Amino acid sequence: MTAARTAQRGLLYLILSAGAVACLVPIFWLVRSSLMTLVEVFKYPPLLWASRTRWENFATALTTAPFLLYFRNTLIIVIPTVLATLVTSSMSAYGLARFRFPLRNFWFSMVLGAIILPPAVVLIPQFILWTKVHLVNTFYPLILPFWFGGGAFNVFLLRQFFLTIPKDFDDAARIDGAGYFRIYAQILLPFIQPALIAVGLFQFFFQWNDFFGPLIYLNDPKTYTLALGLTHFIGSYSTQWNFLMAATVIVILPPIVVFFVGQRYFVEGVTLTGIKM
Amino acid sequence: MGQSERHRGRRRGSREALVGYLFASPVILGLIVWVIGPMIGSALISLTDWNVLSTPHWVGLRNYARLVTTDLYFRNSLLVTVYFVLANVTLTILYSLILALLLNQKIRGRGIYRSVFYLPSIVPIVASSALWLWLYNPNFGLFNEVIQGLGFPKSLWLANQTTVVPSIVLMSVWGTAGNTIVIFLAALQGVPRQLLEAVEIDGGNWLHKFRAITWPMISPVTFFNLMVGLINSFQIFTQAYVMTSGGPNNASLFYVYLMYREGFERNNMGGAAALAWVLFLMVSALGLVLFRWSRQWVYYEGANA
Repeated sequence: MTAARTAQRGLLYLILSAGAVACLVPIFWLVRSSLMTLVEVFKYPPLLWASRTRWENFATALTTAPFLLYFRNTLIIVIPTVLATLVTSSMSAYGLARFRFPLRNFWFSMVLGAIILPPAVVLIPQFILWTKVHLVNTFYPLILPFWFGGGAFNVFLLRQFFLTIPKDFDDAARIDGAGYFRIYAQILLPFIQPALIAVGLFQFFFQWNDFFGPLIYLNDPKTYTLALGLTHFIGSYSTQWNFLMAATVIVILPPIVVFFVGQRYFVEGVTLTGIKM
Repeated sequence: MGQSERHRGRRRGSREALVGYLFASPVILGLIVWVIGPMIGSALISLTDWNVLSTPHWVGLRNYARLVTTDLYFRNSLLVTVYFVLANVTLTILYSLILALLLNQKIRGRGIYRSVFYLPSIVPIVASSALWLWLYNPNFGLFNEVIQGLGFPKSLWLANQTTVVPSIVLMSVWGTAGNTIVIFLAALQGVPRQLLEAVEIDGGNWLHKFRAITWPMISPVTFFNLMVGLINSFQIFTQAYVMTSGGPNNASLFYVYLMYREGFERNNMGGAAALAWVLFLMVSALGLVLFRWSRQWVYYEGANA
Protein backbone atom coordinates (compact mmCIF):
# COMPACT_ATOMS: atom_id res chain seq x y z
CA MET A 1 0.00 0.00 0.00
CA THR A 2 1.40 3.37 -0.95
CA ALA A 3 1.83 6.20 1.53
CA ALA A 4 -0.82 8.27 -0.23
CA ARG A 5 -3.30 5.43 0.07
CA THR A 6 -2.53 4.94 3.75
CA ALA A 7 -3.08 8.64 4.34
CA GLN A 8 -6.38 8.40 2.49
CA ARG A 9 -7.53 5.47 4.64
CA GLY A 10 -6.50 7.37 7.73
CA LEU A 11 -8.53 10.40 6.70
CA LEU A 12 -11.52 8.15 5.97
CA TYR A 13 -11.49 6.65 9.46
CA LEU A 14 -10.86 10.07 10.98
CA ILE A 15 -13.98 11.60 9.40
CA LEU A 16 -16.13 8.58 10.23
CA SER A 17 -14.92 8.61 13.83
CA ALA A 18 -15.57 12.33 14.11
CA GLY A 19 -19.13 11.72 12.90
CA ALA A 20 -19.56 8.89 15.38
CA VAL A 21 -18.26 11.04 18.25
CA ALA A 22 -20.67 13.84 17.25
CA CYS A 23 -23.52 11.33 17.45
CA LEU A 24 -22.47 9.95 20.83
CA VAL A 25 -21.28 13.00 22.78
CA PRO A 26 -24.79 14.37 23.49
CA ILE A 27 -25.92 10.94 24.68
CA PHE A 28 -22.83 10.58 26.85
CA TRP A 29 -23.45 14.03 28.32
CA LEU A 30 -27.02 13.02 29.09
CA VAL A 31 -25.97 9.92 31.02
CA ARG A 32 -23.08 11.71 32.70
CA SER A 33 -25.28 14.57 33.92
CA SER A 34 -28.00 12.22 35.12
CA LEU A 35 -25.59 10.61 37.58
CA MET A 36 -24.26 13.75 39.31
CA THR A 37 -25.19 16.01 42.18
CA LEU A 38 -26.48 19.45 41.26
CA VAL A 39 -23.21 21.03 42.43
CA GLU A 40 -21.17 18.75 40.17
CA VAL A 41 -23.42 19.49 37.21
CA PHE A 42 -22.62 23.20 37.51
CA LYS A 43 -18.82 22.84 38.03
CA TYR A 44 -16.44 24.74 35.75
CA PRO A 45 -14.35 23.39 34.10
CA PRO A 46 -16.89 20.59 33.62
CA LEU A 47 -16.32 17.19 35.21
CA LEU A 48 -16.23 14.18 32.94
CA TRP A 49 -17.82 11.89 35.51
CA ALA A 50 -19.32 12.18 38.99
CA SER A 51 -17.10 11.68 42.02
CA ARG A 52 -19.65 9.08 43.11
CA THR A 53 -22.18 7.72 40.61
CA ARG A 54 -25.60 8.83 41.88
CA TRP A 55 -27.98 6.07 40.89
CA GLU A 56 -30.44 7.49 43.40
CA ASN A 57 -31.19 10.33 40.95
CA PHE A 58 -33.33 7.87 39.02
CA ALA A 59 -35.30 6.97 42.13
CA THR A 60 -35.79 10.68 42.83
CA ALA A 61 -36.95 11.38 39.26
CA LEU A 62 -39.32 8.41 39.37
CA THR A 63 -40.91 9.58 42.61
CA THR A 64 -41.12 13.32 41.82
CA ALA A 65 -43.29 12.64 38.79
CA PRO A 66 -45.37 9.48 38.23
CA PHE A 67 -43.23 8.17 35.37
CA LEU A 68 -44.37 4.60 35.98
CA LEU A 69 -47.96 5.72 35.38
CA TYR A 70 -46.83 7.55 32.21
CA PHE A 71 -45.02 4.40 31.15
CA ARG A 72 -48.18 2.36 31.65
CA ASN A 73 -50.28 4.90 29.72
CA THR A 74 -47.78 4.87 26.86
CA LEU A 75 -47.93 1.08 26.67
CA ILE A 76 -51.75 1.14 26.72
CA ILE A 77 -51.57 3.30 23.60
CA VAL A 78 -48.60 1.70 21.85
CA ILE A 79 -49.54 -1.99 22.06
CA PRO A 80 -53.04 -1.87 20.51
CA THR A 81 -51.83 0.67 17.92
CA VAL A 82 -49.04 -1.57 16.69
CA LEU A 83 -51.41 -4.53 16.62
CA ALA A 84 -54.05 -2.53 14.74
CA THR A 85 -51.51 -1.36 12.23
CA LEU A 86 -50.18 -4.84 11.50
CA VAL A 87 -53.66 -6.33 11.02
CA THR A 88 -55.44 -3.59 9.10
CA SER A 89 -52.58 -2.29 6.94
CA SER A 90 -51.76 -5.78 5.67
CA MET A 91 -55.45 -6.55 5.04
CA SER A 92 -55.94 -3.31 3.13
CA ALA A 93 -52.73 -3.78 1.19
CA TYR A 94 -53.81 -7.31 0.21
CA GLY A 95 -57.16 -5.96 -1.00
CA LEU A 96 -55.50 -3.23 -3.07
CA ALA A 97 -52.81 -5.52 -4.49
CA ARG A 98 -54.76 -8.66 -5.36
CA PHE A 99 -58.33 -7.74 -6.31
CA ARG A 100 -59.91 -5.78 -9.10
CA PHE A 101 -62.79 -3.61 -7.98
CA PRO A 102 -64.44 -0.37 -9.08
CA LEU A 103 -62.55 2.79 -8.05
CA ARG A 104 -59.53 0.79 -6.91
CA ASN A 105 -57.11 3.15 -8.63
CA PHE A 106 -58.90 6.12 -7.15
CA TRP A 107 -58.54 4.75 -3.62
CA PHE A 108 -54.92 3.87 -4.24
CA SER A 109 -54.15 7.40 -5.42
CA MET A 110 -55.91 8.67 -2.27
CA VAL A 111 -53.53 6.51 -0.24
CA LEU A 112 -50.59 8.13 -2.04
CA GLY A 113 -52.02 11.59 -1.40
CA ALA A 114 -52.56 10.82 2.28
CA ILE A 115 -48.87 9.92 2.63
CA ILE A 116 -47.76 13.48 1.92
CA LEU A 117 -50.68 15.11 3.72
CA PRO A 118 -49.39 16.92 6.83
CA PRO A 119 -51.46 15.64 9.80
CA ALA A 120 -51.89 19.23 10.98
CA VAL A 121 -54.18 19.91 8.01
CA VAL A 122 -56.90 17.55 9.24
CA LEU A 123 -56.29 18.05 12.94
CA ILE A 124 -59.00 20.55 13.82
CA PRO A 125 -62.04 18.68 12.43
CA GLN A 126 -60.71 15.48 14.00
CA PHE A 127 -60.37 17.22 17.34
CA ILE A 128 -63.91 18.59 17.08
CA LEU A 129 -65.19 15.09 16.26
CA TRP A 130 -63.58 13.65 19.39
CA THR A 131 -64.87 16.54 21.48
CA LYS A 132 -68.43 15.96 20.21
CA VAL A 133 -68.34 12.30 21.25
CA HIS A 134 -66.80 13.25 24.64
CA LEU A 135 -63.68 11.13 24.21
CA VAL A 136 -61.07 13.83 24.79
CA ASN A 137 -58.91 12.82 27.77
CA THR A 138 -59.25 9.16 26.86
CA PHE A 139 -56.84 7.07 24.78
CA TYR A 140 -59.39 6.39 22.02
CA PRO A 141 -58.39 9.35 19.77
CA LEU A 142 -54.82 8.04 19.81
CA ILE A 143 -55.65 4.37 19.17
CA LEU A 144 -58.86 4.05 17.17
CA PRO A 145 -57.70 5.79 13.93
CA PHE A 146 -55.01 3.14 13.54
CA TRP A 147 -57.63 0.41 13.19
CA PHE A 148 -58.35 2.00 9.79
CA GLY A 149 -55.33 0.92 7.81
CA GLY A 150 -52.70 2.05 10.33
CA GLY A 151 -51.33 4.90 8.27
CA ALA A 152 -51.27 5.41 4.51
CA PHE A 153 -47.54 4.82 4.18
CA ASN A 154 -47.76 1.37 5.73
CA VAL A 155 -50.58 0.37 3.39
CA PHE A 156 -48.57 1.60 0.42
CA LEU A 157 -45.39 -0.18 1.56
CA LEU A 158 -47.10 -3.53 2.15
CA ARG A 159 -49.00 -3.31 -1.14
CA GLN A 160 -45.69 -2.95 -2.96
CA PHE A 161 -44.50 -6.09 -1.20
CA PHE A 162 -47.62 -8.08 -2.05
CA LEU A 163 -47.09 -7.12 -5.70
CA THR A 164 -43.64 -8.77 -5.71
CA ILE A 165 -45.15 -12.19 -4.86
CA PRO A 166 -46.14 -14.09 -8.04
CA LYS A 167 -49.88 -14.65 -8.36
CA ASP A 168 -49.21 -18.33 -9.08
CA PHE A 169 -49.04 -18.86 -5.31
CA ASP A 170 -52.61 -17.62 -4.91
CA ASP A 171 -53.82 -19.72 -7.83
CA ALA A 172 -52.13 -22.88 -6.58
CA ALA A 173 -53.64 -22.38 -3.13
CA ARG A 174 -57.07 -21.73 -4.65
CA ILE A 175 -56.90 -25.00 -6.58
CA ASP A 176 -56.13 -26.72 -3.29
CA GLY A 177 -59.35 -25.23 -1.95
CA ALA A 178 -58.01 -22.31 0.10
CA GLY A 179 -60.31 -19.27 0.45
CA TYR A 180 -59.22 -15.64 0.07
CA PHE A 181 -58.62 -15.26 3.79
CA ARG A 182 -56.52 -18.44 4.01
CA ILE A 183 -54.43 -17.22 1.06
CA TYR A 184 -53.87 -13.89 2.81
CA ALA A 185 -53.12 -15.25 6.26
CA GLN A 186 -51.28 -18.48 5.54
CA ILE A 187 -49.69 -18.08 2.11
CA LEU A 188 -48.87 -14.41 1.58
CA LEU A 189 -48.27 -12.98 5.07
CA PRO A 190 -45.26 -15.27 5.72
CA PHE A 191 -43.70 -13.93 2.51
CA ILE A 192 -43.84 -10.33 3.64
CA GLN A 193 -42.74 -11.01 7.21
CA PRO A 194 -39.63 -8.78 7.09
CA ALA A 195 -41.74 -5.86 5.87
CA LEU A 196 -44.33 -6.55 8.58
CA ILE A 197 -41.66 -6.51 11.28
CA ALA A 198 -40.35 -3.23 9.93
CA VAL A 199 -43.84 -1.71 9.89
CA GLY A 200 -44.43 -2.86 13.48
CA LEU A 201 -41.12 -1.40 14.66
CA PHE A 202 -41.71 1.92 12.92
CA GLN A 203 -45.15 2.18 14.42
CA PHE A 204 -43.74 1.41 17.87
CA PHE A 205 -41.18 4.20 17.58
CA PHE A 206 -43.67 6.60 16.07
CA GLN A 207 -46.12 6.08 18.92
CA TRP A 208 -43.47 6.18 21.59
CA ASN A 209 -42.26 9.50 20.24
CA ASP A 210 -45.63 11.01 19.41
CA PHE A 211 -46.09 14.33 21.11
CA PHE A 212 -48.63 16.30 19.10
CA GLY A 213 -51.45 13.77 19.51
CA PRO A 214 -51.14 13.43 23.31
CA LEU A 215 -50.69 17.20 23.65
CA ILE A 216 -54.01 17.82 21.90
CA TYR A 217 -56.07 14.99 23.36
CA LEU A 218 -54.72 14.39 26.87
CA ASN A 219 -55.13 17.23 29.36
CA ASP A 220 -55.63 15.22 32.53
CA PRO A 221 -52.25 14.46 34.18
CA LYS A 222 -53.49 10.97 34.97
CA THR A 223 -53.58 10.23 31.24
CA TYR A 224 -50.16 11.65 30.30
CA THR A 225 -47.79 9.63 28.16
CA LEU A 226 -44.03 9.59 28.78
CA ALA A 227 -43.41 12.28 26.13
CA LEU A 228 -46.07 14.53 27.59
CA GLY A 229 -45.04 13.83 31.18
CA LEU A 230 -41.43 14.69 30.40
CA THR A 231 -42.50 18.01 28.86
CA HIS A 232 -44.25 19.01 32.07
CA PHE A 233 -41.27 17.78 34.06
CA ILE A 234 -39.06 20.12 31.98
CA GLY A 235 -41.40 22.97 32.84
CA SER A 236 -41.16 22.44 36.60
CA TYR A 237 -37.57 21.18 37.06
CA SER A 238 -35.73 23.27 34.49
CA THR A 239 -33.00 24.19 36.94
CA GLN A 240 -32.40 20.75 38.45
CA TRP A 241 -30.58 19.41 35.45
CA ASN A 242 -29.43 16.19 37.09
CA PHE A 243 -33.01 15.07 37.83
CA LEU A 244 -34.23 16.28 34.45
CA MET A 245 -31.50 14.30 32.69
CA ALA A 246 -32.33 11.24 34.81
CA ALA A 247 -35.98 11.54 33.73
CA THR A 248 -34.85 11.87 30.11
CA VAL A 249 -32.77 8.70 30.40
CA ILE A 250 -35.86 6.90 31.71
CA VAL A 251 -37.84 8.02 28.65
CA ILE A 252 -35.25 7.01 26.06
CA LEU A 253 -34.22 3.70 27.64
CA PRO A 254 -37.14 1.57 26.31
CA PRO A 255 -36.75 2.60 22.65
CA ILE A 256 -32.99 2.09 22.84
CA VAL A 257 -33.48 -1.43 24.21
CA VAL A 258 -36.00 -2.18 21.44
CA PHE A 259 -33.56 -0.77 18.88
CA PHE A 260 -30.71 -3.01 19.96
CA VAL A 261 -32.94 -6.10 20.16
CA GLY A 262 -34.58 -5.52 16.77
CA GLN A 263 -31.60 -3.86 15.14
CA ARG A 264 -31.20 -6.29 12.27
CA TYR A 265 -34.85 -5.96 11.23
CA PHE A 266 -34.68 -2.27 11.78
CA VAL A 267 -31.84 -1.45 9.44
CA GLU A 268 -33.37 -3.89 6.96
CA GLY A 269 -36.70 -2.11 7.32
CA VAL A 270 -35.30 1.38 6.80
CA THR A 271 -33.50 0.02 3.75
CA LEU A 272 -36.67 -1.56 2.38
CA THR A 273 -38.74 1.61 2.77
CA GLY A 274 -36.15 3.67 0.93
CA ILE A 275 -35.79 1.25 -1.93
CA LYS A 276 -39.47 0.52 -2.42
CA MET A 277 -40.48 4.10 -3.06
CA MET B 1 -68.09 -18.31 -24.59
CA GLY B 2 -71.71 -19.29 -23.88
CA GLN B 3 -74.31 -17.04 -22.34
CA SER B 4 -74.28 -18.79 -18.95
CA GLU B 5 -70.52 -18.98 -18.81
CA ARG B 6 -70.14 -15.26 -19.45
CA HIS B 7 -72.74 -14.65 -16.80
CA ARG B 8 -70.77 -16.78 -14.37
CA GLY B 9 -67.59 -14.90 -15.29
CA ARG B 10 -69.23 -11.61 -14.44
CA ARG B 11 -70.59 -13.07 -11.21
CA ARG B 12 -67.09 -14.17 -10.26
CA GLY B 13 -65.87 -10.69 -11.10
CA SER B 14 -68.40 -9.04 -8.86
CA ARG B 15 -67.67 -11.51 -6.07
CA GLU B 16 -63.97 -10.69 -6.43
CA ALA B 17 -64.84 -6.99 -6.29
CA LEU B 18 -66.85 -7.50 -3.12
CA VAL B 19 -64.09 -9.48 -1.40
CA GLY B 20 -61.54 -6.87 -2.54
CA TYR B 21 -63.63 -4.10 -1.04
CA LEU B 22 -63.99 -6.04 2.19
CA PHE B 23 -60.24 -6.48 2.55
CA ALA B 24 -59.48 -2.89 1.58
CA SER B 25 -62.34 -1.52 3.70
CA PRO B 26 -60.19 -0.47 6.69
CA VAL B 27 -58.11 1.94 4.65
CA ILE B 28 -61.06 3.10 2.52
CA LEU B 29 -63.16 3.86 5.60
CA GLY B 30 -60.11 5.44 7.20
CA LEU B 31 -59.58 7.72 4.20
CA ILE B 32 -63.22 8.80 4.31
CA VAL B 33 -63.44 9.34 8.07
CA TRP B 34 -59.95 10.62 8.86
CA VAL B 35 -58.83 12.34 5.64
CA ILE B 36 -61.53 13.29 3.13
CA GLY B 37 -64.16 14.21 5.72
CA PRO B 38 -61.80 16.35 7.82
CA MET B 39 -60.43 18.03 4.67
CA ILE B 40 -63.94 19.17 3.78
CA GLY B 41 -64.61 20.02 7.43
CA SER B 42 -61.44 22.05 7.60
CA ALA B 43 -62.42 24.00 4.49
CA LEU B 44 -65.88 24.75 5.91
CA ILE B 45 -64.57 25.79 9.34
CA SER B 46 -62.03 28.07 7.68
CA LEU B 47 -64.93 30.10 6.26
CA THR B 48 -66.39 30.78 9.72
CA ASP B 49 -65.45 32.73 12.84
CA TRP B 50 -65.94 29.70 15.09
CA ASN B 51 -64.31 30.00 18.52
CA VAL B 52 -65.61 26.74 20.11
CA LEU B 53 -67.84 28.60 22.61
CA SER B 54 -70.31 30.51 20.46
CA THR B 55 -72.22 29.52 17.33
CA PRO B 56 -70.17 30.03 14.17
CA HIS B 57 -71.02 32.63 11.52
CA TRP B 58 -70.03 32.60 7.88
CA VAL B 59 -67.31 35.13 7.21
CA GLY B 60 -66.43 34.12 3.67
CA LEU B 61 -62.73 34.41 2.88
CA ARG B 62 -62.05 36.86 5.71
CA ASN B 63 -59.77 34.42 7.58
CA TYR B 64 -57.62 34.02 4.48
CA ALA B 65 -57.60 37.72 3.70
CA ARG B 66 -56.47 38.43 7.25
CA LEU B 67 -53.41 36.21 6.80
CA VAL B 68 -52.01 38.34 4.00
CA THR B 69 -53.13 41.72 5.33
CA THR B 70 -53.18 42.23 9.09
CA ASP B 71 -51.70 39.03 10.55
CA LEU B 72 -48.05 39.85 11.21
CA TYR B 73 -47.35 36.42 12.67
CA PHE B 74 -48.31 34.61 9.47
CA ARG B 75 -45.64 36.17 7.28
CA ASN B 76 -43.07 35.89 10.05
CA SER B 77 -43.76 32.22 10.76
CA LEU B 78 -43.74 31.41 7.06
CA LEU B 79 -40.30 33.00 6.69
CA VAL B 80 -38.95 31.26 9.80
CA THR B 81 -40.29 27.91 8.63
CA VAL B 82 -38.91 28.20 5.11
CA TYR B 83 -35.54 29.21 6.58
CA PHE B 84 -35.56 26.14 8.80
CA VAL B 85 -36.74 23.80 6.02
CA LEU B 86 -34.09 24.93 3.53
CA ALA B 87 -31.22 24.82 6.03
CA ASN B 88 -32.30 21.54 7.58
CA VAL B 89 -32.95 19.63 4.35
CA THR B 90 -29.79 20.86 2.60
CA LEU B 91 -27.53 20.08 5.54
CA THR B 92 -29.11 16.71 6.33
CA ILE B 93 -28.87 15.50 2.73
CA LEU B 94 -25.29 16.71 2.21
CA TYR B 95 -24.03 15.36 5.54
CA SER B 96 -25.84 12.04 5.10
CA LEU B 97 -24.65 11.56 1.54
CA ILE B 98 -21.02 12.23 2.45
CA LEU B 99 -21.10 9.87 5.43
CA ALA B 100 -22.89 7.18 3.40
CA LEU B 101 -20.28 7.47 0.62
CA LEU B 102 -17.53 7.04 3.20
CA LEU B 103 -19.31 4.12 4.87
CA ASN B 104 -19.63 2.46 1.48
CA GLN B 105 -15.82 2.13 1.19
CA LYS B 106 -14.12 -1.07 2.26
CA ILE B 107 -13.94 -0.33 5.97
CA ARG B 108 -13.85 -2.36 9.13
CA GLY B 109 -16.78 -2.11 11.55
CA ARG B 110 -19.31 -0.74 9.08
CA GLY B 111 -22.18 -2.26 11.07
CA ILE B 112 -21.03 -0.55 14.26
CA TYR B 113 -20.69 2.84 12.57
CA ARG B 114 -24.12 2.43 11.02
CA SER B 115 -25.71 1.67 14.40
CA VAL B 116 -23.94 4.61 16.03
CA PHE B 117 -25.09 6.99 13.30
CA TYR B 118 -28.62 5.64 13.61
CA LEU B 119 -28.77 5.87 17.39
CA PRO B 120 -29.85 9.55 17.67
CA SER B 121 -32.89 8.83 15.46
CA ILE B 122 -34.19 6.54 18.20
CA VAL B 123 -34.28 9.29 20.82
CA PRO B 124 -37.82 10.70 21.18
CA ILE B 125 -37.96 14.36 20.15
CA VAL B 126 -39.18 15.49 23.56
CA ALA B 127 -36.25 13.71 25.19
CA SER B 128 -33.71 15.15 22.76
CA SER B 129 -35.27 18.57 23.33
CA ALA B 130 -34.67 18.22 27.08
CA LEU B 131 -31.12 17.08 26.39
CA TRP B 132 -30.28 19.86 23.92
CA LEU B 133 -31.84 22.44 26.18
CA TRP B 134 -29.15 21.41 28.63
CA LEU B 135 -26.37 21.28 26.03
CA TYR B 136 -27.34 24.77 24.85
CA ASN B 137 -27.67 26.22 28.36
CA PRO B 138 -25.96 29.65 28.15
CA ASN B 139 -24.31 29.40 31.59
CA PHE B 140 -23.47 25.76 32.22
CA GLY B 141 -24.14 23.97 28.91
CA LEU B 142 -21.54 21.76 27.25
CA PHE B 143 -21.40 23.78 24.03
CA ASN B 144 -20.52 27.04 25.71
CA GLU B 145 -17.95 25.33 27.90
CA VAL B 146 -16.32 23.85 24.81
CA ILE B 147 -16.24 27.05 22.75
CA GLN B 148 -15.15 29.03 25.78
CA GLY B 149 -12.33 26.53 26.32
CA LEU B 150 -11.31 27.15 22.70
CA GLY B 151 -11.20 30.88 23.38
CA PHE B 152 -14.44 31.95 21.70
CA PRO B 153 -17.11 34.09 23.39
CA LYS B 154 -20.17 32.35 24.80
CA SER B 155 -23.29 32.16 22.65
CA LEU B 156 -26.90 32.44 23.77
CA TRP B 157 -27.90 29.67 21.32
CA LEU B 158 -31.65 29.17 21.74
CA ALA B 159 -32.10 32.44 23.61
CA ASN B 160 -30.93 34.67 20.78
CA GLN B 161 -33.10 35.70 17.86
CA THR B 162 -30.43 35.11 15.22
CA THR B 163 -28.98 31.84 16.56
CA VAL B 164 -32.20 30.08 17.58
CA VAL B 165 -33.08 28.59 14.17
CA PRO B 166 -29.51 27.45 13.36
CA SER B 167 -29.40 25.86 16.83
CA ILE B 168 -32.61 23.92 16.14
CA VAL B 169 -31.24 22.94 12.71
CA LEU B 170 -28.08 21.52 14.28
CA MET B 171 -30.10 19.49 16.74
CA SER B 172 -32.43 18.34 13.98
CA VAL B 173 -29.58 17.18 11.72
CA TRP B 174 -28.19 15.22 14.67
CA GLY B 175 -31.57 13.60 15.25
CA THR B 176 -32.57 12.72 11.68
CA ALA B 177 -29.41 12.15 9.62
CA GLY B 178 -29.20 8.49 10.75
CA ASN B 179 -32.29 7.51 8.82
CA THR B 180 -31.10 9.26 5.69
CA ILE B 181 -27.62 7.73 5.95
CA VAL B 182 -29.01 4.19 6.16
CA ILE B 183 -31.25 4.74 3.11
CA PHE B 184 -28.39 6.28 1.08
CA LEU B 185 -26.08 3.45 2.09
CA ALA B 186 -28.55 0.82 0.88
CA ALA B 187 -28.83 2.61 -2.46
CA LEU B 188 -25.05 2.87 -2.77
CA GLN B 189 -24.68 -0.84 -2.20
CA GLY B 190 -27.01 -1.41 -5.13
CA VAL B 191 -24.75 0.44 -7.58
CA PRO B 192 -23.33 -2.21 -9.96
CA ARG B 193 -19.59 -2.76 -9.44
CA GLN B 194 -18.86 -3.46 -13.10
CA LEU B 195 -20.05 0.02 -14.10
CA LEU B 196 -17.68 1.64 -11.61
CA GLU B 197 -14.85 -0.61 -12.76
CA ALA B 198 -15.55 0.35 -16.38
CA VAL B 199 -14.91 3.98 -15.48
CA GLU B 200 -11.71 2.98 -13.68
CA ILE B 201 -10.48 1.10 -16.75
CA ASP B 202 -11.09 4.21 -18.81
CA GLY B 203 -8.82 6.06 -16.39
CA GLY B 204 -11.53 7.94 -14.48
CA ASN B 205 -11.03 9.06 -10.88
CA TRP B 206 -13.55 9.01 -8.01
CA LEU B 207 -15.19 12.23 -9.18
CA HIS B 208 -15.83 10.79 -12.65
CA LYS B 209 -17.24 7.66 -11.05
CA PHE B 210 -19.52 9.69 -8.83
CA ARG B 211 -20.82 11.93 -11.56
CA ALA B 212 -21.24 9.35 -14.30
CA ILE B 213 -22.43 6.34 -12.32
CA THR B 214 -23.12 6.76 -8.61
CA TRP B 215 -25.13 10.00 -8.69
CA PRO B 216 -27.56 8.90 -11.44
CA MET B 217 -27.94 5.44 -9.90
CA ILE B 218 -28.88 6.77 -6.46
CA SER B 219 -30.93 9.72 -7.74
CA PRO B 220 -34.34 8.07 -7.06
CA VAL B 221 -33.32 7.62 -3.43
CA THR B 222 -31.96 11.17 -3.26
CA PHE B 223 -35.32 12.35 -4.49
CA PHE B 224 -37.09 10.20 -1.88
CA ASN B 225 -34.93 11.62 0.92
CA LEU B 226 -35.49 15.15 -0.35
CA MET B 227 -39.26 14.73 -0.49
CA VAL B 228 -39.53 13.09 2.95
CA GLY B 229 -37.16 15.67 4.41
CA LEU B 230 -39.16 18.60 3.07
CA ILE B 231 -42.53 17.29 4.20
CA ASN B 232 -41.26 16.41 7.67
CA SER B 233 -39.36 19.67 8.13
CA PHE B 234 -42.41 21.71 7.25
CA GLN B 235 -44.17 20.18 10.24
CA ILE B 236 -41.56 21.08 12.83
CA PHE B 237 -43.32 21.82 16.11
CA THR B 238 -42.21 19.81 19.14
CA GLN B 239 -38.66 21.21 19.42
CA ALA B 240 -39.94 24.78 19.44
CA TYR B 241 -42.83 24.00 21.78
CA VAL B 242 -40.59 22.31 24.34
CA MET B 243 -37.42 24.41 24.08
CA THR B 244 -38.30 27.95 23.06
CA SER B 245 -42.11 28.41 23.21
CA GLY B 246 -41.68 29.98 19.77
CA GLY B 247 -39.34 32.67 21.03
CA PRO B 248 -37.28 34.72 21.46
CA ASN B 249 -39.43 37.40 19.86
CA ASN B 250 -41.27 34.80 17.71
CA ALA B 251 -38.00 33.87 15.98
CA SER B 252 -38.90 30.16 16.24
CA LEU B 253 -42.66 30.46 15.87
CA PHE B 254 -42.88 27.83 13.14
CA TYR B 255 -45.94 27.44 10.95
CA VAL B 256 -47.56 24.48 12.71
CA TYR B 257 -46.84 26.16 16.04
CA LEU B 258 -48.71 29.26 14.88
CA MET B 259 -51.60 27.04 13.85
CA TYR B 260 -51.59 25.27 17.21
CA ARG B 261 -51.54 28.57 19.05
CA GLU B 262 -54.36 30.00 16.96
CA GLY B 263 -56.58 26.93 17.34
CA PHE B 264 -55.81 25.52 20.77
CA GLU B 265 -54.58 28.46 22.81
CA ARG B 266 -56.76 31.22 21.32
CA ASN B 267 -59.70 29.02 20.32
CA ASN B 268 -59.75 30.68 16.92
CA MET B 269 -60.72 27.53 15.03
CA GLY B 270 -61.66 29.41 11.86
CA GLY B 271 -58.26 31.07 11.61
CA ALA B 272 -56.42 27.82 12.43
CA ALA B 273 -58.38 25.93 9.77
CA ALA B 274 -57.47 28.60 7.22
CA LEU B 275 -53.82 28.17 8.17
CA ALA B 276 -54.23 24.41 7.78
CA TRP B 277 -55.61 24.78 4.26
CA VAL B 278 -52.88 27.18 3.26
CA LEU B 279 -50.34 24.63 4.54
CA PHE B 280 -52.01 21.93 2.46
CA LEU B 281 -51.93 24.07 -0.68
CA MET B 282 -48.30 25.01 -0.12
CA VAL B 283 -47.13 21.44 0.47
CA SER B 284 -49.11 20.17 -2.55
CA ALA B 285 -47.68 22.87 -4.80
CA LEU B 286 -44.19 22.15 -3.53
CA GLY B 287 -44.65 18.42 -4.13
CA LEU B 288 -45.85 19.07 -7.67
CA VAL B 289 -42.92 21.36 -8.47
CA LEU B 290 -40.48 18.80 -7.07
CA PHE B 291 -41.96 16.03 -9.17
CA ARG B 292 -41.67 18.16 -12.31
CA TRP B 293 -38.12 19.11 -11.43
CA SER B 294 -37.16 15.52 -10.62
CA ARG B 295 -37.76 14.47 -14.23
CA GLN B 296 -34.67 16.45 -15.16
CA TRP B 297 -32.29 14.69 -12.83
CA VAL B 298 -33.80 11.50 -11.45
CA TYR B 299 -32.80 8.46 -13.43
CA TYR B 300 -35.09 5.42 -13.37
CA GLU B 301 -33.58 2.20 -14.59
CA GLY B 302 -35.72 0.70 -17.32
CA ALA B 303 -37.13 4.04 -18.38
CA ASN B 304 -35.40 5.42 -21.47
CA ALA B 305 -32.47 7.50 -20.43
